[in-house]
Amino acid sequence: MPRGIARVIDNVDLNVHAEEVLGVVGESGAGKTMLASAIMRVVPPPGRVSGKVIFESDKLGRIDILSLEEDKLRKVYWSEISMVFQGALNAFNPTLRIRDHFTETAAAHGWSDRDEVLEKACKLLELVHLEPERVLNSYPHELSGGMRQRALIALSLLLDPKLLILDEPTSSLDMITQRVIVDLLRDIHEKLRTTMMFVTHDIALIAGLVDRIAVMYAFKVIEIAPTDALFKNPLHPYTHGLLRAIPSLVGELEAIKPIPGRHPDPVNPPPGCRFHPRCPIARDVCTEVEPPLIEAKPGHWVACHYWHELG
Amino acid sequence: MSSPFLKLENVCKYFQASRGFFSKGSVIRAVDNITLAIEAREVIALVGESGCGKTTLGKLVCGLLKPTRGKILYKGEDLWSLKRDKFMEFRRNVQIVHQDPYSCLNPARTVFQSLAAPLYRWKLVKSRDECLEEVLRLLELAGLTPPEEFVYRYPHQLSGGERQRISVVRALSVRPKFIVADEAVSAIDASLRVELMDLLLNLRRKFGIGYLFITHDLAVARYFAGKAEGKIAVMYLGSIVELGPSEEIVKNPLHPYTKALIAAVPVPDPEKMRKSPPLPLKSLEIPSPTRPLKGCKFHDRCPFAVELCSEKAPELRDVGGGHYVACHLVDKS
Repeated sequence: MPRGIARVIDNVDLNVHAEEVLGVVGESGAGKTMLASAIMRVVPPPGRVSGKVIFESDKLGRIDILSLEEDKLRKVYWSEISMVFQGALNAFNPTLRIRDHFTETAAAHGWSDRDEVLEKACKLLELVHLEPERVLNSYPHELSGGMRQRALIALSLLLDPKLLILDEPTSSLDMITQRVIVDLLRDIHEKLRTTMMFVTHDIALIAGLVDRIAVMYAFKVIEIAPTDALFKNPLHPYTHGLLRAIPSLVGELEAIKPIPGRHPDPVNPPPGCRFHPRCPIARDVCTEVEPPLIEAKPGHWVACHYWHELG
Repeated sequence: MSSPFLKLENVCKYFQASRGFFSKGSVIRAVDNITLAIEAREVIALVGESGCGKTTLGKLVCGLLKPTRGKILYKGEDLWSLKRDKFMEFRRNVQIVHQDPYSCLNPARTVFQSLAAPLYRWKLVKSRDECLEEVLRLLELAGLTPPEEFVYRYPHQLSGGERQRISVVRALSVRPKFIVADEAVSAIDASLRVELMDLLLNLRRKFGIGYLFITHDLAVARYFAGKAEGKIAVMYLGSIVELGPSEEIVKNPLHPYTKALIAAVPVPDPEKMRKSPPLPLKSLEIPSPTRPLKGCKFHDRCPFAVELCSEKAPELRDVGGGHYVACHLVDKS
């Protein structure tokens, strides 16, 4: 029985600047995967997306992805916007070798010189620290999870996209492999200057990779700031709590504290500020008035009535 | 001297890899010659990458798998030749919390049914009223309040964290002495993860339970073992390569693999993360556990390996202060 409309992303305004690496952080169910899917227009039915996703395309000029015709959209995918999802096994066709994934993707975009494509593929696979000959001739199941994820990153870069969207590319991988992939993306960004949007639940993992971080809570962006400012001086009580809740190898164990309470339900989020039932500094106004996302300090945006108490 | 609560003596567990279409069947050494003593009320955090055999070790410890070779001693007696009633006592005393909160609860049973079954099985309750009272008490203990709201729900009506809590109190309901928690907090969000670990630690203080806490995340292991004055054991391809008091392992790691693991754990400090050097590893891929390897299992990934490492397997040795390490190079440094 339908319980009502679940607003799994609610009125999100977000800019991704050219050549920057933006991190989108949130807990499971915060709406971060939906945000990435909405940008790529791949929200599964019965989901509906409203609003605009404006992209500065080289081929088509300024376009709104949400209202673009299918055939034009297909031109933009891979060549200008690429996406790496979580679980790379599902992204590959199990009956095709990795080399065929490269050649077919290129052919679909009118690049049919196989030798040239494979040469580029080799370069990209080396960039992600894989042995090109071995990997190109392998089937997806013959590679480990970490190798597959790296091969997928190489594939996503085949047509020199301007924007790479990465949705939890490291979850379900081991610590060492996670770190390898993040270091790798940092290298890639240094070499190719690809704009990236990295969606994850692990804020510490991306600390050294991203220029800015957007924090999502209950289907909204509640704070956006340059990475250093966000870690040193978070202005939203949720971000503050999240940073204190991460176990680490440095610092006192006693300083690590959970955020009490539960993440709200998408059908019936709490009125006013959605974080107020869990917030240590909430007052009456927080239960009634929803705080807008405002620029509290230059480049540092926050949606909290009492941000100055943390700032 | 009394014997430890549980002792593993040269325990091995080998699996025959299924004969695939293209490959010949080969032997996977999931657990390879592990000796480990676990005292009553002790907390050991077991850390390793996926495929290193940590889940298999957990299953061996709680008697769900029988070792291929070696012995598991329960209070000094061989677990697999115990008399039936003693084995039953072991079964009740050692419980497991499985990794996946989505598959460890029967989807056709309500929370009440899932929690009531072990209570009836061990005759801890006499009537339905008493059972309901106990189930409500357990839910309260798990922080699922008000308990009346959760008791008749089905698993699909619960979040991942709530399910994990239920499977924790289910293991606890029969008043065990020891719990194997296999990645019990891994599928849970950061803000809840610490809360659930605190719950497990509170239960330890209240009921004197020991834990084998299995995780792939060294920072999580440090939090859990550190708060209980416990140990960390680092596992690599079926063997324990380093074991010691948790802060000692984190602050003074001796095995090159532990050092690499520590280097891979992110720190919530952008500046440090930007400047972090590449991981001290020669190869990024984990070798296959089926491949027989002479010498130290880590030697082909180890940046410090010398000739001896490829010839002779190092043994786990005491280097003082309860710190054990299996590496040829430690003595020399």
